[in-house]
Amino acid sequence: MSEKEIKKPSQVSGENTEKKEEYSLSDDRRVKVLSPGALVAKRFFRNRLAVTGMVILIAMFVFSFIGGLVSPYGQDEKFYRYDIQTKDYAGIIHNEEFRYTVGDKDLFKSTVQAQVFLNIQKGNEKFDYKGTTYELEKISDDVYIIHCQGKVVGIASKEMVNSSSNEEKSLSFDMTLASLTAKAKGDDSFTVDGKKYTLDEDGVIFNESGKEIGYVSAYVVRPIMSDVFFTREFKNQLIDAVERGDESFKFTDDNGNEAEYILKYDAATKAWDVKQGTATRVFDTYASPSKEHWLGTDRNGMDMLTRLMYGGRISLIIGFIAVAIESIIGVIMGGIAGYFGGWVDGLIMRLVDIFYCIPSMPLFIILGAAMDAANVPPMIRMLYLMLILGFLGWAGTARLVRGQILSLREQEFMTATEAGGIAVSRRIFRHLIPNVMPQLIVVMTMGLGSTIIMEATLSFLGLGVRFPFASWGNIISDVNDTYVLTNYWFIWIPAGILLLVTVLAFNIVGDGLRDAFDPKMKR
Amino acid sequence: MRKYIIKRLIQSLIILFFVAFIIYALMRCLPTSYVEAMARQKSMQPGSKSYEEWLAQLSAMYNMDGSIVSGFFQWLGQMLRGEFGDSWKWTVPVTQKFHETVWLSFVMGLISFILELIIAIPLGVIAATKQYSKTDYAISVIALAGISLPTFFFASLLKLVFSVKLGWFDLYGLVGRNYDLLSPMGQFMDKANHLVMPIITLVVISMGGLMRYTRTNMLEVLSADYIRTARAKGLSERKVIYHHAFRNTLIPIVTIVGGSLPGLFSGALITETLFAIPGIGFASYQSMVSGDIPFSMFFMVFTAILTLLGNLIADILYAVVDPRVRIA
Repeated sequence: MSEKEIKKPSQVSGENTEKKEEYSLSDDRRVKVLSPGALVAKRFFRNRLAVTGMVILIAMFVFSFIGGLVSPYGQDEKFYRYDIQTKDYAGIIHNEEFRYTVGDKDLFKSTVQAQVFLNIQKGNEKFDYKGTTYELEKISDDVYIIHCQGKVVGIASKEMVNSSSNEEKSLSFDMTLASLTAKAKGDDSFTVDGKKYTLDEDGVIFNESGKEIGYVSAYVVRPIMSDVFFTREFKNQLIDAVERGDESFKFTDDNGNEAEYILKYDAATKAWDVKQGTATRVFDTYASPSKEHWLGTDRNGMDMLTRLMYGGRISLIIGFIAVAIESIIGVIMGGIAGYFGGWVDGLIMRLVDIFYCIPSMPLFIILGAAMDAANVPPMIRMLYLMLILGFLGWAGTARLVRGQILSLREQEFMTATEAGGIAVSRRIFRHLIPNVMPQLIVVMTMGLGSTIIMEATLSFLGLGVRFPFASWGNIISDVNDTYVLTNYWFIWIPAGILLLVTVLAFNIVGDGLRDAFDPKMKR
Repeated sequence: MRKYIIKRLIQSLIILFFVAFIIYALMRCLPTSYVEAMARQKSMQPGSKSYEEWLAQLSAMYNMDGSIVSGFFQWLGQMLRGEFGDSWKWTVPVTQKFHETVWLSFVMGLISFILELIIAIPLGVIAATKQYSKTDYAISVIALAGISLPTFFFASLLKLVFSVKLGWFDLYGLVGRNYDLLSPMGQFMDKANHLVMPIITLVVISMGGLMRYTRTNMLEVLSADYIRTARAKGLSERKVIYHHAFRNTLIPIVTIVGGSLPGLFSGALITETLFAIPGIGFASYQSMVSGDIPFSMFFMVFTAILTLLGNLIADILYAVVDPRVRIA
């Protein structure tokens, strides 16, 4: 590139419009002079397809390198959600049958209880059983008191009296009798053994000091597990829910644990099954796209969009480093071979032939499997991957560089460098290699695309980049699970499209660059 | 010509020797625990020999006890006698497994190769004759997209559309669930049905390169002097393109097609693996992942031979097809 030709295009065009008429035909200033570099750029930017590719590449770099910084989430930040796990907790029945409370064991046996039931059905007030006379005193439709030999021997009722305290499972018979009677008659207080008790609308029994000691209810609540004791509040809420016909309710116990309870009516047994739902913290796996996670979350509950950004970063970095390695080796080997020729050339070119011939994909797979066996840490693994990709790919670059240099070294400017006594290394790397640069850049750009595909394929097979690092290839590898393939498009389609578009853009830009560098080659 | 071929053959053999040595050396340099793990695994199998015995046997079998160079020559000697040993993964001789799998791969490769030729060459010619038109751009972009498309992503898309959504094909495998109940014709159709998606994948992935190659060469021919002459003497455009230009474009195409013929035997490693088609590619993938050294070694040397053979055929064809090329 000669120095005198460099001028800013804007200046040139400005001068042209203003002073067009002043210059004579032979004036040099009439001619717009552009450096070879500017000419290449101009030709490149005239190619609309190539510019599109360039824009895509820039967008991809911004997405991968800046996106990761902008994203509120980390590369391997896990997200959780609460999952409700239900277990059988209790059963509740609304009592429709008479239940018997026994006051005198000898006179109110179960056979007598059966008789009582029959006679209540018939509407009798008195009956004889085995020579003993029993009297039925009706308090209400639901409560009967059974007298025998002048004393109360039992109660038949549809409601039950339960104790509120944990220690005493049941209340005394007198207490039961008095409270049932009071409830049936609609009284709000009663007296037992000289102590006064009050009864509220819900059937709760309080003693004189206002302490709750029990309650009357037609609902029977039994626990599924024997170690569970239901508090009065819980039962109240449960019964309320049943009466309202709710399907679920929330309850916070004394220890402050909130849980959701789900009610289900079973028509066959006329009972409600109560299930306790306890919230468990689980990984938010395969969550659908939402405001928080634009592309959902992956198998480990990590934000997909963020993973894609970091994945792009890794895919691009691996591509760049691998291509850099193969270009450096290729340029050195090709440069030496092309410049010296003879036996050096022969030797290096046979080496190139050998490397050309090594089946790379099988080799990568074997090395990947060997690294698996040796438990290489993911970070080191990535380094190896770049080195191997680079080291096996230099043969093509070397061949290209050698071919170019073979023709270049016969040209006059090389004779001039020789006459000028310039050192050999300087002749190769200052005068020959820069002339190979155009072809080299094209090959490198295209090589980036294929290296990224190679890395993605290896990662897809689980032999390249490993968790916790993301790469577009290993993100897509979730498809190996057919369920993911079928149901979670957002896991693998975005990564595949990014991969395709990036590689396509590299190829398009490479094509555009080739056309721009060498218009004769444009085909 | 004969002299040239002999020279190239000797050259190829020397290259093959070194490639084999590199492959062997790499295999030997793998962590030693690899062979040990293999021996441990083998000794776990019911009724098997003890771990030490296996280790000693495996080491002796693969000449692991000597130096790399002596081990390589021993292995080379065995190979030249056609003894590739028994596959660890498949527990049959390597050559037997090779015979079982290679033909399926070859058939699959051949069909997709023919389809590729039928699609890519005409499209490349059309793109070249209508340079800078919309058709040309469309074909160029399709070709580039084919090159840029990652095999596994395209295969997954095919599976999603044709297996999951439409239910036309099975997701994996070569034969369906009720293969054994079918008539011979039905069995053939079943296999054909299972090969449709892998073949589509192979064709789409590989046709881009050939399309671009055809286009470039056709453009080169179209700018040649004899085409201008043909046009100048008033031939129809049809005749110019299909009679004069296309025939000359065929020279490089025949070369590259001939050169890729041996590659049909090496199978499609990735595609076969993705669709679980039991060809040589899938078999070697499984062998490589499970550390089956005999089969992997065989496969890699085999692939290297195919590559060399391809290059040789391409060079010879070049001289045979194009009378302008004379080789001393």
